[in-house]
Amino acid sequence: MTMTQSDVLDVAREQVLERGEGLREEQVLAVLQLPDEALSDALALAHEVRLRWCGPEVEVEGIVSVKTGGCPEDCHFCSQSGRFETPVRAVRLDIPSLVEAARQTAQTGATEFCIVAAVRGPDERLMAQVRDGIKAIRAAVDINVACSLGILTSEQAQELEDMGVHRYNHNLETARSHFAKVVTTHSWEDRWATLQLVREHGMEVCCGAIIGMGESLAQRAELAAQLAALDPDEVPMNFLDPRPGTPLADLPVVEAPDALRAIAAFRLAMPRTVLRFAGGRELTFGDLGARDGVLGGINAIIVGNYLTTLGRDPQEDLDLLAELSMPVKALSETL
Amino acid sequence: MTLTAAHCDGCGVSETQGDHGRCRARRAATDPPRFCTACGRKLVVQVLPVGWTARCVRCGDAGVVAR
Repeated sequence: MTMTQSDVLDVAREQVLERGEGLREEQVLAVLQLPDEALSDALALAHEVRLRWCGPEVEVEGIVSVKTGGCPEDCHFCSQSGRFETPVRAVRLDIPSLVEAARQTAQTGATEFCIVAAVRGPDERLMAQVRDGIKAIRAAVDINVACSLGILTSEQAQELEDMGVHRYNHNLETARSHFAKVVTTHSWEDRWATLQLVREHGMEVCCGAIIGMGESLAQRAELAAQLAALDPDEVPMNFLDPRPGTPLADLPVVEAPDALRAIAAFRLAMPRTVLRFAGGRELTFGDLGARDGVLGGINAIIVGNYLTTLGRDPQEDLDLLAELSMPVKALSETL
Repeated sequence: MTLTAAHCDGCGVSETQGDHGRCRARRAATDPPRFCTACGRKLVVQVLPVGWTARCVRCGDAGVVAR
């Protein structure tokens, strides 16, 4: 059955809000095609869905790069690829600085701290660095540790689980049908396989998207459906920040209404997942974006800075959550 | 006497060459400095959850900011 734009929100109210059943691909596409006049209704419904199936809490996370730049992969959006002439220079973070970053993150009220490395997959040196880093963090800071270290082997997934890694991030980034236009050094299927390993080894699955990499609306809907099929614990939503020197440097920043339609559509596709505001929101939305997003289906945020770029002042986001009477999820609720 | 930067910290090119409006916009919005203003080399930048550090391998520290 073809879903028309006019009735998709009525259908979503019954299907998603009442029954908790996410929208299918063609229904997601209809939401993405809604006119601007219907956007506030879509966001309001997505917010109702989020409150109904996830509750009012907002999960707060900080991230840090322990190995920046010099990546052998060619992800066209990424300034850390060694294949492009970008302003990012390779650097590694030492363990004391990593622990301090975790401590600063915890002081914002965050329950998640994600250790990220720009690699195809972790080598022995990186695994040892992560092992030592997690041990030091656990001795000093009360926070869940997540990792994002690229493509894993089964042995590495088991090792990370043994280290106590709470959640593992590995983004699909874009629709399967668009992936080869964004990355050529590994496949969408490689990423999918790692995500299966993460789940098999007992870690929570975090798998996100970057909106605005030249994909069509149909491909945006395709990605939402593919993510829904994966059923991840968390979906970080990024909006392309076109980085100098990368192949996507000249793409336009996603327009705020399109980004908000994507947030609402992804929430309606995945009513129970943690849907996190991630990179690029500052460019796409400006200062008003955080409010629109958390009132439109978002129930998690990255506070502070990103891997190579700067985010909002954490206190601004925390003040906004307080103003909206949205409590920050406590650590005890995540264990 | 007013000292002016020799190089743009967004692209590394001399401040007297070209238009650095996009560099400045990027710096104001989301970017730490990327190039040494004294010698124009790429900086070693570590972004942290609530700050960043930048160092030039030739000229030394280029900035430490804890928001």
